[in-house]
Amino acid sequence: MAVMTYREALNQALREELRRDERVFVIGEEVGLYDGAYKVTQGLLKEFGAKRIVDTPIAESGFTGVGIGAAMVGLRPVVEMMTFNFALVALDQIVNAAAKLSYMSGGQFNVPIVIRGPGGPAHQLAAQHSQSMEVYFYHVPGLKVVRPSTPADAKGLLKSAIRDDNPVVFIESETLYGIKGEVPDDPDFTIPLGQAVVRREGRDVTVIAYTGMLYRALEAAEALEKEGISVEIVDPRTLRPMDVPTIIGSVRKTHRVVVAEAGAGFAGMGSEISAFITEQAFDDLDAPVERVTGANAPMPYAKNLERAKTPSKEKIMAAVRRVCYANGS
Amino acid sequence: MAKTLNHQDVAPVIEPALARKLLSQMMLIRRFEEKAAEAYALGKIGGFLHLSIGEEAVAAGAISVLRPDDYAISTYREHGHCLAKGSDPKRVMAELYGRRDGLSKGKGGSMHLFDKTHGFLGGHAIVGAHLPLAAGVGFAIKYRGEDRVIVCFFGDGAVPQGEFHEALNIASLWKLPVIFICENNRYAMGTALERALAETEIYKLGRSYRMPCEPVDGMDVLAVRDVVARAVERARADGTPSLLEARTYRFRGHSMRDPAAAVYRTKEEVERERLRDPIVLFRARALESGALTESDVADLEKSVNDTVDEAVAFADGSPEPPEEWLLTDIYKKD
Repeated sequence: MAVMTYREALNQALREELRRDERVFVIGEEVGLYDGAYKVTQGLLKEFGAKRIVDTPIAESGFTGVGIGAAMVGLRPVVEMMTFNFALVALDQIVNAAAKLSYMSGGQFNVPIVIRGPGGPAHQLAAQHSQSMEVYFYHVPGLKVVRPSTPADAKGLLKSAIRDDNPVVFIESETLYGIKGEVPDDPDFTIPLGQAVVRREGRDVTVIAYTGMLYRALEAAEALEKEGISVEIVDPRTLRPMDVPTIIGSVRKTHRVVVAEAGAGFAGMGSEISAFITEQAFDDLDAPVERVTGANAPMPYAKNLERAKTPSKEKIMAAVRRVCYANGS
Repeated sequence: MAKTLNHQDVAPVIEPALARKLLSQMMLIRRFEEKAAEAYALGKIGGFLHLSIGEEAVAAGAISVLRPDDYAISTYREHGHCLAKGSDPKRVMAELYGRRDGLSKGKGGSMHLFDKTHGFLGGHAIVGAHLPLAAGVGFAIKYRGEDRVIVCFFGDGAVPQGEFHEALNIASLWKLPVIFICENNRYAMGTALERALAETEIYKLGRSYRMPCEPVDGMDVLAVRDVVARAVERARADGTPSLLEARTYRFRGHSMRDPAAAVYRTKEEVERERLRDPIVLFRARALESGALTESDVADLEKSVNDTVDEAVAFADGSPEPPEEWLLTDIYKKD
């Protein structure tokens, strides 16, 4: 185990997989000479050279398509979106090509590609650079979608994504790049896609959250402990395929659920999680599932408005109290 | 006045084997699509069906200079490219019928033909979106140090799309062995070239990306062969990509849902273009040059008709895909 940042863990995952498999290459804007806009690819050009660390012109659709074409004939590209917001420019390539080529070809072609980069709300980057992007991808059959919350998960899940034979949308958290945590050194360490993890054991209520919201939930849980409410926290880690059994297991234990998500809520991750809990564990619920979501607005620039847009620890605490019928609410 | 030499003036020495191959391939594509149109009218084929009748010389000529291990990728008007690349007409027709023995198990249909064993990479129905994929295949060829190439077919309708420009820029910048072949049939669905493009001499756009580019008579299968052969040679040598513009014409509508094709072009124009029928022209040349005899041509015709009849019978006899297949092939299992 070594203590490292989330960013360093991602870098290590890339490095190990580039060493392990000649077919793996990294392609995107500023990934090489510039060492990565967010420094996730720092030092890779130096170690692996320009053949495998490929700087591209600004052409997201074009270079994503290059990755998909290369993957169709057996390479394993890791496509970096400088920020995941730019993936919308390549949405057709991801949704209509990467996700569907296996199906449309009757299984003749698979697309072992990872499309990765930072997403989620950031700090005063305003509407076009600060938003939850996973919602545009987890609806699509043929894609896998990952949102890692810790340095160890960032490494283990990215390695699994690169080794996966299918297209994986891997959205890192821009605000978590600097957080530190213990990360296994073992180059064979991976975390399987599709496995949720219980981040905190509790008895009274289950909070489901990932990336930034996970940390707000953990803070809320500490504070609620003092009020006598024991909160269990489940981090799905992979949003598609979703580890439904782990979530349902926690619901059966606590009988109360809050889903926290940074996105705008309508038809969001919380809607889906709430739906399958209702379908599969309705009789276990002692209260309706509560969703804590971002405000139904684009991301504003002003600091105070930005704070109001994204769910806070306090909002999660209030929702937990409501489902527990605590404090008279 | 000194007569300038042009293609037609060169004594047409055509190898009989080549003549047989090119003519039978073009006739196969034509016959296959005529039968597909009949099946569509009978309700045996559904959805969209885009025919390339009139454009056969481009598919047959271009693919005839490839090696079997080279790749081809195309649009939703791709029956001809797929057949020319060597796919079994029976499995292609079964795919059009949506049957289990189709190339894609009936899951792709006319617009999504794929044949991995023959290096045919689809079958893509978002206009322009497969050009970056072709560049990606070129990238992989170069990455592995192979001397393969990929030919990428697309229509004039793809040229105003951003991905055309992104793909050409990247292919030229990185020297990827891609031969971009624009099948310019003058209409993007119902929009005439001059209503869609500021530069209607499409091949010239290659100059903006500093890649070799030339136009070619897309109704002359030998001319197509020559220009593609040169491009393939360049690509094999050092990865140089090319933009080729094959000037052709589709005799039918955009799809079976545009049977008259009369709103955007005149009857006179279509009749005039039919005089350039690539099959009629090449047959005449092959006969004239002595490469083929009338009886050779009759034999070829018979053999092609039999092949297509067999394909139709096979497709008709192939069962529908089982319902369990709805949920297979979405992900590759480890």
